[in-house]
Amino acid sequence: MTRVFVPGDATACALGADAVAAAIAEQAQARGLELELLRNGSRGLFWLEPLVEVEVGGERLGYGPIAPGDVAGLFDRDFASGGDHPRALGPIAELPYLRGQTRVNFARAGVIDPLSLADYQAHGGFAGLRKALAMNAQEAVAAVKASGLRGRGGAAFPAGIKWQTVLDTPADQKYIVCNADEGDSGTFADRLLMEADPCQLIEGMAIAGLAVGATRGYVYVRSEYPRAFAVLRAAIALAREAGFLGPDVCGSGRAFDLEARLGAGAYICGEETSLLESLEGRRGLVRAKPPLPAIQGLFGKPTVINNVLTLASVAAIFARGPDWYASLGGGRSLGTLPMQLAGNVKRGGLVELPFGTSLRELIEDFGGGTASGWPVRAVQVGGPLGAYLSADELDLPLDYEAFAARGAMLGHGGVVVFDDSVDMAHQARFAMEFCAAESCGKCTPCRIGAVRGVEVIDRIRAGTDREQNLILLRELCETMELGSLCAMGGLTPMPVRSALDKFPQDFGA
Amino acid sequence: MGSEEMDSRVAAVLDRLGDLPGALLPVLHEIQHEIGHVPATAVPAIARALHLSRAEVHGVLSFYTHFRTEPTGDHLIQLCRAEACQAAGCRDLEDHVKRRLGIDYGATTGDGRFTLEPVYCLGNCACGPSVQVDETLHARMTPQAFDVLLAALEVKP
Repeated sequence: MTRVFVPGDATACALGADAVAAAIAEQAQARGLELELLRNGSRGLFWLEPLVEVEVGGERLGYGPIAPGDVAGLFDRDFASGGDHPRALGPIAELPYLRGQTRVNFARAGVIDPLSLADYQAHGGFAGLRKALAMNAQEAVAAVKASGLRGRGGAAFPAGIKWQTVLDTPADQKYIVCNADEGDSGTFADRLLMEADPCQLIEGMAIAGLAVGATRGYVYVRSEYPRAFAVLRAAIALAREAGFLGPDVCGSGRAFDLEARLGAGAYICGEETSLLESLEGRRGLVRAKPPLPAIQGLFGKPTVINNVLTLASVAAIFARGPDWYASLGGGRSLGTLPMQLAGNVKRGGLVELPFGTSLRELIEDFGGGTASGWPVRAVQVGGPLGAYLSADELDLPLDYEAFAARGAMLGHGGVVVFDDSVDMAHQARFAMEFCAAESCGKCTPCRIGAVRGVEVIDRIRAGTDREQNLILLRELCETMELGSLCAMGGLTPMPVRSALDKFPQDFGA
Repeated sequence: MGSEEMDSRVAAVLDRLGDLPGALLPVLHEIQHEIGHVPATAVPAIARALHLSRAEVHGVLSFYTHFRTEPTGDHLIQLCRAEACQAAGCRDLEDHVKRRLGIDYGATTGDGRFTLEPVYCLGNCACGPSVQVDETLHARMTPQAFDVLLAALEVKP
């Protein structure tokens, strides 16, 4: 029977994928055609959503974007046999947007049924876990170190070192916690992965559990992602039923089990210690470090806490070997980085590339420039705490160190493109406003500094004592940067200063 | 829902989830899911069952923006205000929506039909501006598209 795929992904559905799927089912019935309609995850080519695919002769052909009203036309032109149509895209794998990528974390996204363990395994799934089961704990941690994997949540801390600390800390109970509180604007890679290929995360967490001797894991998913939460929960239940989780992982006699928990709308819970507080049932107040979570984490026990992409990468690292992973990228930025093209961009979506590609290639070649057609003026990379880059900085390579040297950060890989209608003083104000809204309130520089920051920028924008207030704003940024307990207050100055430095005319200069 | 019915639902949730490690957030989620909000009158029962002080429960309830102690209007409209949606024009949309509904963020229309809330990122950043109505996410929202959406909601219970 012909297989037709319509993504069940949040963005695809926000663009009408459910209605398209219903229209396909209806037309097939009305025409007496037998089709197997599958809901895959998205491939992350969001400008083509809803993207309908059909399997013809073992190849996936695409049609998109498809509105419900286009569906009858698809049938008229016999799309189920690959018929031509104005929206026909040809073989999906041949699209330059996909062919130009190196997909590791997202190799299966949009290809498989996210809730089919058979699909997952047919595409290499659980091979990493099987290899990990044949290793001892120290060998497994050494493999992560050798891969060069660094935390993909934003801080880019070497994952293997974190794991080693947990392995070396004796305790009666240890935990693996996955930070799926993807709150940065402009990012959706974690969401896409959980909706399109959740088993990869489950596999990575199970490997982490075996490697450090943790028997329990939690995934903390933000409440703004109800669909990802539901898919992940269902996948966990399937994996448990099939023996990949539970008291006897793959018959090895070793235990690891997993639970998905829901956040409750606090950006600060993406900060790891705040997340742990939240998981323990408290307000998401940041903890002072030390002690590190690796030594005293969840419920006071040694805890590996990593981002979704970090843990998912582990599955591929074990399946294909740390040397293979380390051969991607360069310098100290190894492997691939799933970048997320967002904001005012013509072809927004997920672009997974080895480190080192330039921002320009990403925005121009993949993204096709702005959606509005106006020139790019500013790009914010790394979420609301990331720096704004100007249009003449686009040759910067995507590399942790290159960004740091420029006073910027890659963060979780979000790239938000703005055209030349943007008012950068307004953006700087928003950075402070956001910090004021989302500060946990524990430390003064962040809690009060952000409120004062909004006021000072308002005075600058109004032209009140401009020079003095600019000096005050710089000093305030310094206080927040040096005096805050965590990255929320500590990094809010990054977008503010970069806007001041690169776009002084917007501040009345 | 009457207060007795609410009490018994809260008790059932506590019975079901109270023993989880770090049970408070799952408990509050489940109560809000069942009742639509977490009534302030439920706080003592939650505190008792989880061996917490009422202040601790209230603290958590008020810290997280997702939890509400009052019912919303018939429909909850959440508008993303974050950078990716700003780049796609959410500031104009924001002005339009507030004007159309005649309310600011955090308020409910006088007829009890709509509650408007800001949200910071719905993970739909490649296709903003994003608006979520109840459980449904809408992409590439414009003032015109919002009016169409609102007209459809106005005839819906």
